[in-house]
Amino acid sequence: MLEVRDLTVAFGGVKPLDGVTFRLDDAVCGLVGPNGAGKTTFFNCVSGFVRPSAGLIVADGTELLALTPHLRARWGLRRTFQQEQVIQALDAYDNVRVAADEFGASGHDVRDALAFVGLERVHRSGAALSMLERRLVEIARTVVGGPRVIMLDEPGAGLAEAETERLVALIREIPARYDAQVVLVDHDMELVASVCSTTAVLDFGRLIALGPTSEMLRDDTVRRAYLGTEEVLA
Amino acid sequence: MTTLTVAVRRRSAWRPAAGVLGVVALLVIVGFVVPAVFSVFWVRSFTTSAIYAIACAGVGLLYGRLGLVSLGQIALVGVGGWITLRLGYGTGLPYPILLLLAGAGTCVIGVMVGIPSLRLSGLNLAIVTLMFAGAFAIVFNATGFPNGGGGFLGRATGSVQRLALERPTLGRGDGGYFRYVLMVAALMFGLLALHVRSRPGRQWAAIRQSEAGALASGVDTTRSKLWALAVVSFTTGVAGGLLAANAGVLDPGNFGASESIVLFAVVLIGGAFSLLGGVLGGLLSQAFPSLLDEIGVNGNLILLVFGVGLVHAVSTAPQGIAGQLQGLAALVRRRVGALEDG
Repeated sequence: MLEVRDLTVAFGGVKPLDGVTFRLDDAVCGLVGPNGAGKTTFFNCVSGFVRPSAGLIVADGTELLALTPHLRARWGLRRTFQQEQVIQALDAYDNVRVAADEFGASGHDVRDALAFVGLERVHRSGAALSMLERRLVEIARTVVGGPRVIMLDEPGAGLAEAETERLVALIREIPARYDAQVVLVDHDMELVASVCSTTAVLDFGRLIALGPTSEMLRDDTVRRAYLGTEEVLA
Repeated sequence: MTTLTVAVRRRSAWRPAAGVLGVVALLVIVGFVVPAVFSVFWVRSFTTSAIYAIACAGVGLLYGRLGLVSLGQIALVGVGGWITLRLGYGTGLPYPILLLLAGAGTCVIGVMVGIPSLRLSGLNLAIVTLMFAGAFAIVFNATGFPNGGGGFLGRATGSVQRLALERPTLGRGDGGYFRYVLMVAALMFGLLALHVRSRPGRQWAAIRQSEAGALASGVDTTRSKLWALAVVSFTTGVAGGLLAANAGVLDPGNFGASESIVLFAVVLIGGAFSLLGGVLGGLLSQAFPSLLDEIGVNGNLILLVFGVGLVHAVSTAPQGIAGQLQGLAALVRRRVGALEDG
């Protein structure tokens, strides 16, 4: 359960997030919105990389604002980034081990996570991995050692269709297997529609809609936010 | 053993052990062959090369593993030397204890400087550490190194007899001291290699890749960087202690801020991504000038050579000479393998 109350981020006069309040209860939730809507700022804020000027972040009943980014990760708030962050100098196994060391997980947990994401030949260096394999390593890194909330920032970026399908199957499995909630940001609406039961829609730093994903995709406000108003289109 | 550029693959257990044995055998051979074959001039030159190799390995670790540019390492060598000389005259402790204390004291100073400067990175960190080197150069020049006198500074003036620090019992002669230095250098390289290959090394690799990514993996990046600085300051301080006992005295002229820049240059040329690069850096900074001396070339030319080498390293060989050697070794292995296969 991830909840934010009145979350506001201000960079000078610009407010990428402006008093956002919502609660995500479902096992896999989506966060969508056009470019500049504040999705990534929301992720950065929740994971501790950006300090909000106001508001509250509560996950599983814990107030997160007091924790620094690495302590939030140790607590169980895991995230990936739009730009993949695989450590090129280490092999896939050690990439996951870096996180496992910090999260108090064992070598067995590392192998378990790598088996879960289905990565074979885990002793190849990070630099030699394909984009899909890098995304899989990143997911293995988030699930190892007791995750509670996993935030994936455009995990499907740069993947072919068949690869995305594999990713979808994997993301669906995470909540049951690791007892963690997944929050997903992606531009790929098909991906969001296929894995997220609930979706929140941001636009210009404000929450404009929240509900079952299928309804969100049909919602007029949401369509306008994405496609512009009819007058503009005409 | 000396090539630590890429992650360790989990090979069978005897491989690392065999590597360590190989390095020990090599050191024994070098330790006895070099004094037997070369003149005293060259043995002394190789001794200082081994000492500077320790400092180079530290610079290389900070830059190659963490992306930190420290231009203050020569000052830390000086600090280690100062502590060794002062305690050596003042206490008469056994030399190995002096080395440990020099390392520990330098570690404290390095971390104290590091805590504020680690908030910076890149060019800013380079400038701050260079300032630190400059400040220490001024202090060394003003106070001089201890030479057997009394008081905190340990300076003998006027008619008081000046003393030189004695070498350790095991290494009285030039050949013996060469072996002694080689052994301590091997231990320091081992300490660094152990760090690189275990949890701290993995954290550093994560930080070098992306600080945000490391934080998201739960790594306390500030603490991890400070730990690197502490370890490197320790080994660099020990190098200073070895330098102090080499001649028994230290000259402030050898610890100028410009020396720190030369040290960074030779590390880039030698290769910052492997410990072998540290060895090459040490040889470049100490034995190479001796070579120019021997063949009658003006010593100042060395800066020109380093300049050209630096441009070459930065533009075409970011892994340095060590990387090129390893590339060559890999090529030979592939060729040989291909021959065997068919």
